[in-house]
Amino acid sequence: MMTARDNLLYFLYLHRTGLTVLALSVLLLVWPLLESNPYNLGLSNLIAIYAIVVLGLNLFIGYAGQISLGHAAFFAIGAYGSAIGTTTLGGPAWPVMIVVALAVSLVALALGLPALKLSGHYLAMATLGFNIVVYSILVQWDKVTGGPSGFSGIPYLSIGSVVFDNEIAFHYLVWTVAMIALLLCLNLVRSGVGRGLAALAEDETAAAALGVDTRRAKVKVFILSAVLASVAGSLFAHCYAFVSPDSFNIFVSVDFVIMVVVGGMGSIWGTLFGTALITLLPEWIEALESYKDIIHGLILVLILLFLPQGLVTGIVDAVRTRIALSRHHA
Amino acid sequence: MLELRNVSKWFGGLPALQDVSFCMEPGQVTALIGPNGAGKSTLINCISGVDRAQSGSICLAHHPIGALPAHKIAALGVARTFQNLKLFARLSVLDNVLTGLTVAAKRSFTVSMLRLPALRHLERQLRLRALEALDDFGLAKKAHWPASSLSYGEKKRVEMARAFVSDPRLVLLDEPVAGLNTEETAQIARHIRRQRNAGHTMLLVEHDMELVMDVADQVVVLDSGRCIACGKPEVVRSNPMVLEAYLGRMEATA
Ligand SMILES: Nc1ncnc2c1ncn2[C@@H]1O[C@H](COP(=O)(O)OP(=O)(O)OP(=O)(O)O)[C@@H](O)[C@H]1O
Ligand SMILES: [Mg+2]
Repeated sequence: MMTARDNLLYFLYLHRTGLTVLALSVLLLVWPLLESNPYNLGLSNLIAIYAIVVLGLNLFIGYAGQISLGHAAFFAIGAYGSAIGTTTLGGPAWPVMIVVALAVSLVALALGLPALKLSGHYLAMATLGFNIVVYSILVQWDKVTGGPSGFSGIPYLSIGSVVFDNEIAFHYLVWTVAMIALLLCLNLVRSGVGRGLAALAEDETAAAALGVDTRRAKVKVFILSAVLASVAGSLFAHCYAFVSPDSFNIFVSVDFVIMVVVGGMGSIWGTLFGTALITLLPEWIEALESYKDIIHGLILVLILLFLPQGLVTGIVDAVRTRIALSRHHA
Repeated sequence: MLELRNVSKWFGGLPALQDVSFCMEPGQVTALIGPNGAGKSTLINCISGVDRAQSGSICLAHHPIGALPAHKIAALGVARTFQNLKLFARLSVLDNVLTGLTVAAKRSFTVSMLRLPALRHLERQLRLRALEALDDFGLAKKAHWPASSLSYGEKKRVEMARAFVSDPRLVLLDEPVAGLNTEETAQIARHIRRQRNAGHTMLLVEHDMELVMDVADQVVVLDSGRCIACGKPEVVRSNPMVLEAYLGRMEATA
């Protein structure tokens, strides 16, 4: 017989994902009441924007088992696309965001089809090269992009009469999008598609023999991650009303990879943690500010040396195995 | 069911398979035997699309499959195990078996991301099927363990469960009892027999002659990539060429 307590526990277990999402949503809903310092809100907003990029990148690295050192480029195209589309061309913000995301999906397709035939180092080089090209265009083509000094005067987003023009409004905007992205990613990895991707990440031959169209799956995840990065870029542009090339150089791409690695390959929840940690780290330790890139590089090397699945995932995996084995011996 | 005609494969000029031809009938178990390096795994790789034969034809239910990629062959109902285990170490045992249902699961990214009620329903059904398969192979209790924490024998069984869970038309088993002790071997033999009684068509690569003679309806003998004999177990067993090429050598090394 199941007691009421067992029933409750079973219910909690069955709906654990939904309930965690719900709890986080409630926390985010009241967060601006608890934290009114605009600087801190700005930081948590940046975490949300980065998290959207890193969620997609984690699918690509942790699930599809590939590597990209060029996601800041997709982030850039989203940001500059929205900036130019709404300011220079005077288009409406939301439709421009969608059009830019569609354009990015085509760019990702064109880049992904040949690049994903490569693997490992070659893929890393190809995506890195792509980022350098995009960055150079942002700097050189100053008539359109504003060059090194950046692009300003980007309009705020609005829905009806609600204008997203302050940190609290940004908070609700970016975290809503981030939570939707989180939910979509959680759903994806809990489906047959997600299992196929996880299989692909571990052993391509076995995955193919089980019916996973490995090439197609890789390209699809690449496109999905690029689109998420583009949407995040658009939000970034509209929230800051200003963009400059420095937000999109290769070190930003590397930081995205570090966020994935800290959160753990293939861990959607870990992504939030990794993104938050790497975004906040320089704030907490002032000395870090000037050595940021070195420290981030060190973190990457150390984690990959000792916990190749990534920090959070590595720890969770180890604990799970421990528990399973201790139950076995009990 | 499966028809191979003059299948040949070279690795950098060295022949691994030369003009291999045989047929398999539905519901039959065909044992593929031969000394180390005879080309047994290579043949399984060619049938499952993991590798590609350079000449000859492979037909599944009269459809040529020799040029299809692995995932298309899987979609036609061909499942396999690997000689060197290929489990997904980081997934749970249950998820490993669920990957065996990839073909039955929805493939659309959009549908998966939205997780509408129809998808939930399908996923629940797949889970039940996977749990049932695990139960068949005596692993239901460890469904939620990480696959990496199982013993070698259990891993072999998970791979079998993953291959059989989709109720495939043809199962290719590459040395399912290699490296197991007698008790575990007997256990796997029982599973193979049960699957045969359930009407599964299997191609079984095996060195264990007792198991082969026991479960096989047909035995195919490979030696240096050539098919040197093919027929009923008792006939093949007394074929002098086989005795010389294979059994004799086995006994000499045993
Ligand atoms: N990828 C490869 N590249 C080059 N040669 C290969 C490759 N795979 C197999 N071979 C060669 O092809 C021949 C057949 O190998 P195969 O693995 O099919 O033998 P097998 O019958 O499965 O042997 P075993 O009983 O040891 O599993 C061997 O000589 C092997 O060295
Ligand atoms: Mg072999």
